[in-house]
Amino acid sequence: MTNNPFPLPKDELLAAYRTMRTIRDFEERLHVEFAKGDIPGFVHLYAGEEACAAGIMSHLTDVDRIASTHRGHGHCIAKGVDVHAMMAEIYGKATGACRGKGGSMHIADLSKGMMGANGILGAGAPLICGAALAAKFRGDGGVGITFFGDGASNQGTVLESMNLAAIWNLPVIFVVENNGYAESTSVDYATAVDSYVDRASGFGLPGVTVDGTDFFAVYEAAGEIIKRAREGGGPALLECKMIRFFGHFEGDAQAYKAKGENDYNRTNRDCLKIFAGRVTSAGVVSAAEIALIDREVAALIDEAVGQAKGAPLPSARDLLTDVYVAY
Amino acid sequence: MNERIKPIVMPKWGLSMAEGKVTGWLKSAGAKIAVGDEIVEVETDKIAGVVEAGDTGTLRRVLGAPDTVYPVKALIGVIAADDVPDEEIDAYVAEYAAHAAEAGDEEEAGPRYEFVDTPAGRLRYARRSQTGGGDGARAIILVHGFGGDLDNWLFNIDTLAEAGTVYALDLPGHGQSDKAVKDASLKGLSEALIGFMDALDITSAHLVGHSMGGAVVAQTALDQPGRVSSITLISSAGLGEEINRDYTDGFVAAASRRDLKPVLEHLFHDPATVTRQLVDDLLKYKRLDGVDAALKALSSALFPGGRQSAVLAEALKAAPTPVLVIWGESDQVIPAAHAAALGDRARVDVIGEAGHMVQMEKAGRVNELVLNHITA
Amino acid sequence: MARKISMKQAINEALDLEMRRDPTVIVLGEDIVGGAGAPGEIDAWGGVLGVTKGLHAKHGNRLMDTPLSESAYIGAAIGAAACGMRPVAELMFLDFMGVCFDQILNQAAKFKYMFGGKAKTPVVIRAMVGAGFRAAAQHSQMLTPLFTHVPGLKVVCPSDAYDAKGLLIQAIRDDDPVIFCEHKALYGSECDVPEESYAIPFAEANVVREGKDVTIVSYGLTVHRALEAAETLAKTGVQAEIIDLRTLSPIDWDTVIESVETTGRLVVVDEANPRCSIAGDVAAHVAQNAFGALKAAPQMVTAPHTPVPFSPVLEDLYIPSADAIVAAANKTTARALAA
Repeated sequence: MTNNPFPLPKDELLAAYRTMRTIRDFEERLHVEFAKGDIPGFVHLYAGEEACAAGIMSHLTDVDRIASTHRGHGHCIAKGVDVHAMMAEIYGKATGACRGKGGSMHIADLSKGMMGANGILGAGAPLICGAALAAKFRGDGGVGITFFGDGASNQGTVLESMNLAAIWNLPVIFVVENNGYAESTSVDYATAVDSYVDRASGFGLPGVTVDGTDFFAVYEAAGEIIKRAREGGGPALLECKMIRFFGHFEGDAQAYKAKGENDYNRTNRDCLKIFAGRVTSAGVVSAAEIALIDREVAALIDEAVGQAKGAPLPSARDLLTDVYVAY
Repeated sequence: MNERIKPIVMPKWGLSMAEGKVTGWLKSAGAKIAVGDEIVEVETDKIAGVVEAGDTGTLRRVLGAPDTVYPVKALIGVIAADDVPDEEIDAYVAEYAAHAAEAGDEEEAGPRYEFVDTPAGRLRYARRSQTGGGDGARAIILVHGFGGDLDNWLFNIDTLAEAGTVYALDLPGHGQSDKAVKDASLKGLSEALIGFMDALDITSAHLVGHSMGGAVVAQTALDQPGRVSSITLISSAGLGEEINRDYTDGFVAAASRRDLKPVLEHLFHDPATVTRQLVDDLLKYKRLDGVDAALKALSSALFPGGRQSAVLAEALKAAPTPVLVIWGESDQVIPAAHAAALGDRARVDVIGEAGHMVQMEKAGRVNELVLNHITA
Repeated sequence: MARKISMKQAINEALDLEMRRDPTVIVLGEDIVGGAGAPGEIDAWGGVLGVTKGLHAKHGNRLMDTPLSESAYIGAAIGAAACGMRPVAELMFLDFMGVCFDQILNQAAKFKYMFGGKAKTPVVIRAMVGAGFRAAAQHSQMLTPLFTHVPGLKVVCPSDAYDAKGLLIQAIRDDDPVIFCEHKALYGSECDVPEESYAIPFAEANVVREGKDVTIVSYGLTVHRALEAAETLAKTGVQAEIIDLRTLSPIDWDTVIESVETTGRLVVVDEANPRCSIAGDVAAHVAQNAFGALKAAPQMVTAPHTPVPFSPVLEDLYIPSADAIVAAANKTTARALAA
C-alpha cells in the first residue's frame, strides 16, 4: 500500500473529488442548458470555486449549518443537498428542492443544515449567528458557516455579525470567497484593505487567507478553525482566494476581465485538475479511479437534467400555498 | 333610617359587578308587592336578570329610570306600607343618597371569592354567610355544570343564604380553579367535592347541583350518604342517557365568538339572554391553558358519543337522601322528560318559560323551591 | 385569577410564562436586561421602558442584551428561529426597522414560501409603535402598513393588557414570523388579566362596543379614541359599533363586513399615515365586498401625510382625535355635530 501524504484517507479523498466533480459538471451543464433558453431567471455558477466548498464541507455534518450566497449550487452539493431536486428546482419544476418556488438563488434543505442560497448579499451572516446561537443553546456542538463574496464583505450585516459573533463567542466561521469580482467590480477597487484577515482583526477574530484553488489548503485551514469553534473557541474568518470560471451570471460577456484571463485560469488554476494531479502523482489514487468518478458523475448529471426536464410544473394552486404555516 | 321604608337597590351579582342598567320595571308605582315578586329588570355587562322583592308593601317610588346605569347599591325604588306619609319617603330617599355618599368603603355585601387547596387541586369558591341572623350551621353547596362556574349561581347565592352558609365552588378544570382534572369520571368529581368539604371542615351539607353538577351531587349522595343532608338536581345529568351533543361537542369545539354564540343559545329559553359579554367571558375561560384538555377529558368520560355514560336514577331511588328535581320546561341540553326519572321518590318541579339555565332564568322560583326543600 | 395589571406587566408576564413553558423561547434586544458588562447592577433597565424588567432574574442567560446592531441581532433571531428556537427579539422602536428591514422582509417573511414550505420561522419581533411621547419623527411612527403589505409576516397591535398578553402568547406559539406592535402610550393602561396563560387566536377582531348606526374600525391607541367618540355620539343618539382589529395580518374581514351590513356606515381610524394604510385597506375591502350595504361613503380618520412632529401642539394635532372621529361618523350619518 502506498504511503498517503494527505490529511484525508483515500475514501475521503475520493469523496471530495466526487463532490468537486459533481459541482463542476452541474455548473458546466447549466451553462450549456441555460444558453438553450430552457432555464428561467438568473443563474450564478460556482465553477472554478469547488475546492472551497468541498474543503470546508468535508468537516461538517447535518448538525452544522451553512448560509450560502446567490452563487450557491456548490455549497448545496457539498452540503449534501440532492442533485436531482436541485436541478428540478433550477428548471422551476414541482419536484424541485423548493417545489419550484425558490429557483437557483434560493435552494435550501434545512434537514441537511443548508439554510438557503440567498439573493441578498451579506444576509446570511446574521442568520448564521442565529443558527450558531441555537446550536449553543442546544449544546449539540454544531457550528455555523456563512459564505459571502469579496463584494458582500462590504455589507454592514457582515461587519455587524462579526462583532456579534465575537462578543457572544458564537461558533461561526465567516468565509470570504474572494474571486476578485463583485459582479463586475474589482475587489481592488471596492475593498479598502488588502487582506480580509485585517477586517477580522478589527473585530478581535483570528483570520487566515488560503489559496482557494488548493483543496488541501482550504481543508487544513478550515479544519483548524472549525474544530476551534466547535470546542467553544469562538468565531474566525477564512478567506479563500479563488477563481470564477464564468461571469457573474449566465449571459455576462465578462468584458471587465483581462484578455485570456479565463483561458489562463482554466489551464493553470483549475482546482479539480490540481487536486487530481496531486493525488494521482502521489500514487494514492489512480487515474482510472478518477476516470470512473468522472463517468459516474456525468451520468448522474445527465440523469438529473433528463428528470428535471421531464418533471411536472407546479400547479396554479401552488401559487397560494406555503406562505404561512397557518393564516 | 325609617324602618317602615324598605329600599330596592341595584344588586351586586358577583364580585366583578360594579354597576347595572335598569332595563324595565315589571311593577308600576302603587303596585302591591309580596316577597319574591319580580319587580325590575336589570342588565349588567354580563347577564340580564330580575330583582325580586325582599319585603312586602306597596311600590311607593320608582327611581331607577329605564336604560340608565346605576352603581351597585344605588337606590332604584322604595317599598313601604300605604300609611307611610309621602314626606317620610322623600326624606328617606334624600337621606339614603347622603348616607351612600358617606359610606364609600363599606364592606362588600355580596359573596367573597376564596381559594382552598384540596387533593383535586386548588379550588376557588364563593362563601356567603347566613343572612337574617341565622347561626350559619347549615351548609349549602352549589355545584355548577359542564363548562360553568360559580357565577352560574349569581341569582341564587344571596337568597339561599337565608337558610345557611352558602358555598359555590368551581369544579376542577372550571372557573378559576386548577385546570388539571386529575380524574374526569363522576366518581373523580364527587371525590373532588368531598375533598372540598374536608378542606373546609364541612361535615355534611345540602348539595345543589346543576346539569353535570347534578350528577356529581347525586354520586356523592350515593357514595357518602352520611355527609349529604339533601340533594337538589337542577336540569341534571345522570337521570337518563340523552344529552344534546350539539351543545356538549359544540361547546368543546367552539373557538370563536361566532361559533360559541349559537351553542350557548341552547342554554336559555330566551336566546337573547346570551349577550356579547357572556360569550366573551366564556371564550376567555375556554382560552386558558388546560381548559380545552379538561373539557375534552370530561366530555369523553361523561358523555361520549352524545350519550351520558352514568345513569344514577335506579340507584337514587333506593337511596335515603331527600331529592328535589327542578327542570326548565324548554331545556335543549338535557330533556325535561328526565325530571320524571325518579318517579315518586323525588319532589319534581318543571318550570315553564325556562331552559337549561333555569336557576338563572327563573331564579325566584328555583330559590323558593330549594329553600323549602332544605328547610323541610 | 384575574387582577388589574398594566399592558407593560401583561407583556412581561406573557414572556415569563412562555419562557417557563418552552425552553426554546429566548428573548434578545438592546438593553432588555440593561447594564450588561457595566460595573453597576445587572437588569438595570429591563428594556428601555422597563417591559422586560425582572425576567433576567428568572431566566438568566435566556435574556440577552445585544449590541446596537439591529441587522445582526434581528437576523440572528430569525436564523435561530429557522433552527428550532422561538426567539422574541425586541426592536425597541419599530422605526428602527429601517436598519434591519432586509432580515424581516427578504429573510423571515420569505423562508417558508421560497423554500417550498420546508422551513418555518417562529420568531416574534416586538417593537414600540405610535405617537404621543413627544419623541418626534424617528421614534413615533405607526408603521403597521409596511408590514401588513408583506406576505409571510403576521402583524399584531393590541389595545389593552388582556389582549397584549393573550396575543403575545399566541405570537410566541405561532409558527410564522410575527411583528408585535406595542403602543407606547398604552403601556400604563390597566384592565383585568388572568394570571394563567391563554392565547388569543389571530384574525379575531374584538367588538368592544355594540351599536347599530355606524361601524368604527380601529386598532391600538385609537380604539380608545373611538370609544371616547362613541360616548359623544351616543349623546346625539348615534350608536357606534367599535371594532378593534387586534391583528392586522391576518385580519378578521368577517366581523367588519357583518357589522357594516348592520350599520351601513363605516369609519376607519388609523394612526398610520393615510396612503396605503390600514384605513385605506379596510375602506377598500368594505367598498368592494359590502357596497350594497353602504348608506354613505366610508370615512378614514388617519394621521396626516407628514412625519410625526415634535412640538406637543403639533403632535396632538397629528394623532387622530375623538373629535375627528365624531365628525367622520356624523359625515356618514349626515347629522350635525352636537354642540
